[in-house]
Amino acid sequence: MSKKPVEKKEVETTGHEWDGIQEFNNPLPRWWVWVFYATIVWGVWYTIAYPAWPLIKGATAGYLGFSTRAEVAAEIDRFTAMNGELEAQLASADLTTLEQGSDLHNYAIQSGRATFATFCSQCHGSGAAGNVGYPNLLDNDWLWGGALEDIQMTVQHGIRSEDDDDTRYSEMPAFGDDYLSDEEIAQVVNYAMSLSPVTQPDADMALAADGATVFADNCTSCHMEDGTGDRSQGAPNLTDAIWLYGDSKDEITEIVSNGPFGVMPAWSGKLTDSQINAVTAYVHQLGGGE
Amino acid sequence: MGILDKHVVLEKNATLLLVGSLLVVTVGGIVEIAPLFYLENTIEDVEGMRPYSPLELEGRNIYIREGCYVCHSQMIRPMRDEVERYGHYSLAAESQYDHPFQWGSKRTGPDLARVGGRYSDEWHVDHLKDPQSVVPESVMPKYAFLADRLIEPTYIEDLMKANQIVGVPYTDEQMENAEADWLAQADPDSDYDGLLARYPKAQVRNFDGAPGVSEMDALIAYMQMLGTLVDFSTFTPDASR
Repeated sequence: MSKKPVEKKEVETTGHEWDGIQEFNNPLPRWWVWVFYATIVWGVWYTIAYPAWPLIKGATAGYLGFSTRAEVAAEIDRFTAMNGELEAQLASADLTTLEQGSDLHNYAIQSGRATFATFCSQCHGSGAAGNVGYPNLLDNDWLWGGALEDIQMTVQHGIRSEDDDDTRYSEMPAFGDDYLSDEEIAQVVNYAMSLSPVTQPDADMALAADGATVFADNCTSCHMEDGTGDRSQGAPNLTDAIWLYGDSKDEITEIVSNGPFGVMPAWSGKLTDSQINAVTAYVHQLGGGE
Repeated sequence: MGILDKHVVLEKNATLLLVGSLLVVTVGGIVEIAPLFYLENTIEDVEGMRPYSPLELEGRNIYIREGCYVCHSQMIRPMRDEVERYGHYSLAAESQYDHPFQWGSKRTGPDLARVGGRYSDEWHVDHLKDPQSVVPESVMPKYAFLADRLIEPTYIEDLMKANQIVGVPYTDEQMENAEADWLAQADPDSDYDGLLARYPKAQVRNFDGAPGVSEMDALIAYMQMLGTLVDFSTFTPDASR
């Protein structure tokens, strides 16, 4: 196979010449020229079909009537229509009578899981196990109650949420601010530690004995005489193994002295009724629901 | 071929070619950009928008200084998944007082356009000090030093003036009360009625829970107001925009 010599067609030159080198005036490839024309035609069609030309008050709307806003609204409507029936049932459902395994129950749990991941996991953790200062929702230790209606109330109105008048509210005084002396605080801290099985071994029993009086005088209206707490005031049970802000002597002293208290936003304006019900049902079935 | 043959003139003269290209690009630029300045529907009028309060503006400056925009956008795009996660898509009016704007397309962290009110102040403090303490899977750096840096409103009027120059309509009254408003917003025991009259929906709290006004206070004041000004229960989007 010998190479064929390339046949040079006679092509006119552009007439340019540099040191004897001439420039051919080859036509552009056909396909290229047609693609070029096609893009121009397409460009003209595009400006007619879609919003394009700026006029005096606004841009031309386009023959196809395309609008990003209309598109997203239609997309949202499509999903709303798909889930509409279940959403409507869920929004007005009595959660206590939701039948395990029913479609509505399954929908509530799945939808609640998504809602929880989006809005709640930042504080309560993606697995709902909480963080220091942000309660664990898997156990059966509840500050404000773990029944369905309690959880629903908490989600709707939040805890100490400034923008909701029906929010759950209570405030532990900062006993370090002139209420109690350092000595009394040390006593009552040791007394509180003696109540819980996890902190009891570290408690100074001599101080704790004196702390019982301090506790009776200052703490019992919320935490109750036996230290088991009061859910109507969000006062935690001090006799169990759970310490929201840490179980070391320093951490408990800090709490008694400065009385920090957690804030949960109210969600009633931000989530729909069905989302609130869904996340309530989801949290309730995580393990601690009552 | 008449005029088409004249391109030889352009092709043989580099300066002329440069000038010609510049003209073409200029026309393109004018057609695309100029209408945005006169079209009435570029920025729709939305009820509730107001310039940033002095403390919020201070916080915004800290936000920019720390490069928060490198990982966080403030622009919810009009797509269903974004609307479900972050809330109503962002409107042009919502960043009309932003100089510079904080839009963006790169999100290492979540969009913050509507983060206001979603978390408690305490959470913001915990999270800024040590993000992994509340979100273990987070890759955000720690900003604990913000809580230790106490600030004063010395330059707040200058900052507002700079914003005024680029078009933020701060009134004379707002300028005069800049320092007082700055201080009032971080002090719930102060007389903040004037502040609320000048900046409706401004939130007055001791944001970081510690004495003094720190950079943490300012930054949280800014973040807690993001996306809270427009009441979307009364807003009807005009589909033609």
